[in-house]
Amino acid sequence: MGPESFRWSYLLLISLFYSYVSCSSVEQKIYIQLNNTVPCVRLLNATHQIGCQSSISGDTGVLHVFESEADLEWILTNGPHPPYMVVMEAVFFTRPTMMRMKNSSRVAGVAVISSSTAPSEGFSPHTRCPNQNSGVYGESYGPELANCNNTVWNPLGNNLSYEDFAFPIFFLENDNQTQVIRKCYEDHNVRVNGTAPEYPLCAMQLFSHMHAVTDTVTCMRRTDLQNSFSINPEKLCDPLNDFNVWASIRPLNSSIKGHKENESVVIAATRLDGRSFFWDVATSAEGTVSGIVTLLAAAQALYPVTQEAPPPRNIFFTFFQGEAFDYIGSSRMVYDMQNAKFVIDMDNVHSLLEIGQVGLRNGSNLWIHSDPVSRKNSSVNEEVDKLVKNMQSVASSLKLSVEEPGSSQALPPSSFQRFLRARPIPGLVLADHQSAFINRYYESLYDTPAYLNLTYPPDLSPEEQLEYETEAAKSLSEVATLVARSLYTQAGGDDQFLSNITADTKTVAKLLYGFLIKSNNSWFSSLLPPEALGRGSILGTGAPQYYIGLRLDNTVKSVTRFVQFILANMTGTVLSLNQSQCQNPNSVPDQSKDLYSYSWISGPVSANGTAESYCVRASVRLSKALSPAFELLEYGSREYSTWTESRWKTIGARIFLVASPELEMMTLGVGVAVLIVSLLVTYFISSKAELLFSSTREAPATTY
Amino acid sequence: MAAAVFFGCTFIAFGPAAALFLFTISRDPLRVIFLIAGAFFWLVSLLLASLVWFVTVQMSNKESSSQQKALLIFGVVLSVLLQELFRFAYYKLLKKANAGLLAISQEDTMPISVRQLAYVSGLGFGFMSGAFSVVNILSDSVGPGTVGIHGDSQHYFISSAFMTLAIILLHMFWGVVFFEACENQRWWSVGAVVFSHLLVSCLTFVNPQYEGSLIPTYLVLCVMAGWAFSCAGGSLRNLKLCLTCKDKDFLLANHRPR
Repeated sequence: MGPESFRWSYLLLISLFYSYVSCSSVEQKIYIQLNNTVPCVRLLNATHQIGCQSSISGDTGVLHVFESEADLEWILTNGPHPPYMVVMEAVFFTRPTMMRMKNSSRVAGVAVISSSTAPSEGFSPHTRCPNQNSGVYGESYGPELANCNNTVWNPLGNNLSYEDFAFPIFFLENDNQTQVIRKCYEDHNVRVNGTAPEYPLCAMQLFSHMHAVTDTVTCMRRTDLQNSFSINPEKLCDPLNDFNVWASIRPLNSSIKGHKENESVVIAATRLDGRSFFWDVATSAEGTVSGIVTLLAAAQALYPVTQEAPPPRNIFFTFFQGEAFDYIGSSRMVYDMQNAKFVIDMDNVHSLLEIGQVGLRNGSNLWIHSDPVSRKNSSVNEEVDKLVKNMQSVASSLKLSVEEPGSSQALPPSSFQRFLRARPIPGLVLADHQSAFINRYYESLYDTPAYLNLTYPPDLSPEEQLEYETEAAKSLSEVATLVARSLYTQAGGDDQFLSNITADTKTVAKLLYGFLIKSNNSWFSSLLPPEALGRGSILGTGAPQYYIGLRLDNTVKSVTRFVQFILANMTGTVLSLNQSQCQNPNSVPDQSKDLYSYSWISGPVSANGTAESYCVRASVRLSKALSPAFELLEYGSREYSTWTESRWKTIGARIFLVASPELEMMTLGVGVAVLIVSLLVTYFISSKAELLFSSTREAPATTY
Repeated sequence: MAAAVFFGCTFIAFGPAAALFLFTISRDPLRVIFLIAGAFFWLVSLLLASLVWFVTVQMSNKESSSQQKALLIFGVVLSVLLQELFRFAYYKLLKKANAGLLAISQEDTMPISVRQLAYVSGLGFGFMSGAFSVVNILSDSVGPGTVGIHGDSQHYFISSAFMTLAIILLHMFWGVVFFEACENQRWWSVGAVVFSHLLVSCLTFVNPQYEGSLIPTYLVLCVMAGWAFSCAGGSLRNLKLCLTCKDKDFLLANHRPR
């Protein structure tokens, strides 16, 4: 074994380890896997299950492209090759069509292809009366206003998100893969002169088997059984949860929970989440982002003035997560306040100002909604009147017009309703709609930046788009200025400082770009800590999605992190501590982890690629947004949200050709025939072997 | 429903082989052992051939498809030659083993004749060859889809199954002819076996024109069947007697004491 052969065997071993054999395997001849599919998943609450489900080994159906009513008849009654897998453009995804398919056993599943134009008449798969059972109005409180008897808030709602479908429904982007599907359909499945197409036919299989069934009570009971008795417990569902973000202009000692002496707090609230029919797809431009951006800009405008001329009351900014699902975040915060588990309690709350949907103002009025039932109490009514007058005077100085809708109108669905359920505190909800929502795409896929008229000139680079001030930015910054000044007045601040409080349109433009178009931009990445960037970057590609989702390993949702660190940047101070001091502030004199949170921020990346990191001290904190029903283990609770999301193993889709059942049976028949014939022939030959294989020329010594 | 294709193709490919195993081999443990050893020899030959092919593929230009096709043809030819070489090696091993078995056995005649060994080893080669040809395809035939979305022929599964059936039977016939030729030093027979093996393997390059590969293969199968039948001691007279059921008189007339 000389060095030459040693080298060859070494090469052999290396090539064995680096084996990349590109084999054209049989599976690749049969199936085309589809990537970029979004399923509709199963959600459960105390009494029902909603969403979609496939069977455990996927649902297969012959492809049919839905283009008109005649196709619906073909699918449901006439077509000779059921079950069908319906492929439709998003414009055909309407309630009547889906309800007819829901009850049919001839539909194996639906694939919806996205389109860039939204249906002009509006589309909202949400309920017509959002969160009607978890708000404040009910049998004992304003029964004439309950269940939207007074105002239907979402008149275009068709309730599709809350139906329970027995087949999978997937959402496909309109890209090359969809072209492959269409081509397969045109090659094999198109009807010629009205006669049915012949085998082999193009088919699609969708996998989205959900583990949870019936309702949350059943699912949690089964999960508890698994956890108690199984060696390898299998969880079936998880409660929807994430974190609320809150910050105050004067720090609150977070190690002491419950009532704080001499603290009177004005709460400024908005929601942080949205949803759509499909899982984890929710751009929520008007429904959610308009509120987030306005409140963040108001916090930035307000903070410097409150440090120079502190108002008598504290101002508490809070962003509630999970409001689409029976007010998860706000119900949890109210519960914590009532049970002395939060930094303040209900006695500390002076009033509340909530920012609802404010993006579609189009230069016209804003409306302030209040609760007529609590206003029957004269002291509350007085306070609310004061708040309204404050806001109207601020608005008139800004050349905006802010009005109250009719005095007997209910409060729109908002986090404020959960506070009212606990105690009648004075509060207002600011919105761009007088009664029903102006938003025609509430909680749907079509609530996109384009709906807010957020358009940029075509030849700008991403960084230039970040800085570009759109009309939407200008409109929202006016609203933010209004909110900031009203909050300052509501907190008892002096009027002479009001003119210093102005929201920065540039910041609003950057916020809108980051929250709606592309979160991976230079400004967002300069505000995040280094561990949130790099390999496991939470910035992602494109716009962030606002569905609350699950936190399986105690991570925080990316949008919540963005809001946390942007708020820290806006309401915090930069300290000259180094990284280890920043992470252990208790070791530094004059710094206290109880009063503030300290974060090490990466900072802007300079021209030669290095980042100048720094330490920020702010009063921004996260508080758990998990429904109290899961803390109290009351899974069938009517008081609190009980929404859970099912678990699943595989989500996927693939297309292939199917052969006719006759051909398959013929193959089986031929196989059985070959087997029987060969058994008979072999038996015959082996029993006659002595005769057949004897030869008179044989020597006698050999045996058989 | 798709399981119908799976079972159909399995029965087609392995039906005759299973029947042969059941009725002729399973009762005698010695035959089972030699069958499995034969299968192992085939496996080793495939391992060597695939090793050589793999190394040459890694060293070649992966982009050029004509080069890859040439390498594939080279690989097939090499594999056939190696299989026949290992058949010869197994023959030599069995001759040595037979002498040893005779020495230690209590009876004074050999427990298994060379002809039976030829049949068993051929069938062993056939089993393993068939398994490697078709099991991969069978596992994909269980799913709901059939071949064709990229334009390939729809009859992929069933023609693979028929091809496997032919290969298994052919290996058995080649084994019989080969051992007989080696016993009697008839080297041109050995050459004919090797040539027909090469012919059948290279015919598969005509696929997906399945008629072009299956029909000649079955013709070769018939020819080899006749040749193996005569090597094994059969003749037309025996066949006629057998089929017309005049065998009782014949056996009595040719009765030999055991």
